Amino acid sequence: MGELLKVDKIKTQFQTEKGPVTSVDEVSFDLKEGETICLVGESGCGKSVTSLSIMHLLDRNGSVTEGSILFEGKDLAKATEADMRKIRGNNISMIFQEPMTSLNPVLTIGDQLTEGIRLHMKYSKTEARKYAIDMLKKVGIPRAEGIIEEYPHKLSGGMRQRVMIAMALSCRPKLLIADEPTTALDVTIQAQILNLMKKLREESNTAIILITHDLGVVAEMADKVAVMYAGQVVEETDVYTLFDNPKHPYTLGLMKSIPHITNPDDMRLDSIPGSVPSVHNMPKGCRFYDRCPHAMKRCLEEKPLLKPIEDKQSHSIRCFLYEKEEQDYENKKLAEKEVSS
Amino acid sequence: MPLSEQEKPLLQVKNLKKYYPIKKGVISRTVGYVKAVDDVSFDIYPGETVGLVGESGCGKSTTGRSLVRLEDPTAGQVIFQGKDLAKISNKEMRKLRTELQIIFQDPYSSLNPRKRIGDLLAEPLIAHKLATRSEADKKVNEILEIVGLSKQYKNRYPHEFSGGQRQRIGIARALMLHPKLIICDEPVSALDVSIQAQVLNLLKDLQKELKLTYVFIAHGLGAVKYISDRICVMYLGRVMEFATTKEIFEHPLHPYTEILLNAYPIPNPHMRDRKQIVVEGDVPSPANPPKGCVFHTRCPFAKDICKEKIPTLTGKGHTVACHFPLESVNV
Repeated sequence: MGELLKVDKIKTQFQTEKGPVTSVDEVSFDLKEGETICLVGESGCGKSVTSLSIMHLLDRNGSVTEGSILFEGKDLAKATEADMRKIRGNNISMIFQEPMTSLNPVLTIGDQLTEGIRLHMKYSKTEARKYAIDMLKKVGIPRAEGIIEEYPHKLSGGMRQRVMIAMALSCRPKLLIADEPTTALDVTIQAQILNLMKKLREESNTAIILITHDLGVVAEMADKVAVMYAGQVVEETDVYTLFDNPKHPYTLGLMKSIPHITNPDDMRLDSIPGSVPSVHNMPKGCRFYDRCPHAMKRCLEEKPLLKPIEDKQSHSIRCFLYEKEEQDYENKKLAEKEVSS
Repeated sequence: MPLSEQEKPLLQVKNLKKYYPIKKGVISRTVGYVKAVDDVSFDIYPGETVGLVGESGCGKSTTGRSLVRLEDPTAGQVIFQGKDLAKISNKEMRKLRTELQIIFQDPYSSLNPRKRIGDLLAEPLIAHKLATRSEADKKVNEILEIVGLSKQYKNRYPHEFSGGQRQRIGIARALMLHPKLIICDEPVSALDVSIQAQVLNLLKDLQKELKLTYVFIAHGLGAVKYISDRICVMYLGRVMEFATTKEIFEHPLHPYTEILLNAYPIPNPHMRDRKQIVVEGDVPSPANPPKGCVFHTRCPFAKDICKEKIPTLTGKGHTVACHFPLESVNV
């Protein structure tokens, strides 16, 4: 599997009346073909802004000010709007959270679905329509020939999300960004959509960036996971390591604070005290400092970096608690390098 | 919470129906009804938490709102402490509202943006003429402390608070009048995961301290399991199953309950390959519900009788509305 996307230390800033606001800071991850990465975190942690940065869909006052986003070797952070138009919907496509508002209410499903197909795949009108109907059938929409003439308000939330998926996958993108695709849906519909995404992923070998706050969805879908907090990745590893051996205090807190149906009866939930710091007033040191049960003096002043530690799989943590492990790992790598040279 | 048989229910819902007319044409002729709640009955005992769960459109919110008469029922009774809420005068209802409170889902739209927190919270006391300004002020301080907010926040406006804090304010407002029963209408759905746990724990602690009774409405089963003593599973305006939390999770009898439990993604990647029953199709429209059992269009075990006859809620303690409850299917 070749490397498809490499996001390297991007920083996304918004110009506001109160001055520049950094909502994504030093976010890095990479993705191979066919792989699924989940970005997990609470609202305001920068997971959506990260995906919008990749797609160049930020509001006019926002921009990627540092770092690079290499997609098939091309830096999207420096791409022009014309370049992006060729990529969006073609090589990279996106599904949004709100199926109720992400379709245009005054255009039929067919109009919206064939627009991208005709533009990127250069199909004629009739070919595009036929292809669109095939796509609708593929995502499990009954009566696809009829639905294609309908307006979005006739469809239920689950159906609209299927239409969005059909639209996103119609040009066979290499990368699909799904921003909370099932959050607005009911659980039985969520199960349908997740199954559909799994099936289509297998068929098309599309890489997926899945943004969610639901650890259940992460466990079902992800190959690897980046846990985000206040605009930074605080822990990144494969999905099994994350659930079996979570390390960062925020990840640990998040896991313990979620009520789940498999929890034992009398277990009291641990809650993380306080709330996410505001973007206008980020702590100087570690951003989790005032909510962390293990906070030390130096966490207030110094910024921890995201560094790998020794584990079965690659596992990086942004926390001083694991400094020794991080140092050991670094020394080991250095030693290995010396031996080989 | 152990339920003694002799205990009198705090609130009884009997054959509650709420239909919304569908109007069409120039003269707004009624062409049909959306049966949001159709023949729902249950009892709520003092000190317990009853969870109402189901997918959107199942009527759980409408049921909750009917319990505090924010909706006037089309038919049926809601009996609170021996009084039928639908029959009493507005004046009497006003008095009863001190004992029945509701916490809303969206903490962003349920607080008046032009009022300071202190005034917002004092309003119920002043409106019911239960306290003077200065007394109310003292009470506000007390309640703010109970819900874990600093009393300095009194002079701030709602927009200055985060979602979790606003929900605490919503809870504080419901507590101002020392109610007996609080309807919690999806109180944590709009909150971040790390904040949800805070609010759930707060609700649990308050219940113990103040001997509150809750009706907890949610679509997230995790939260419902965490907080409820008994659970009522609804689908298309009808009660499918009603039992203790333990029973619902360990021995679900209704296929819909089983499917709902099954549809939940489990936060354990080692279990991702488990066998899952995924139901096809959407929830039918409540304007045109299926004949017979409302779930038969999606039920994997549906037989002919399910299309004809509406199953009644039967059983003692653990009630279920199904012609073929799961145990008999498995045998």
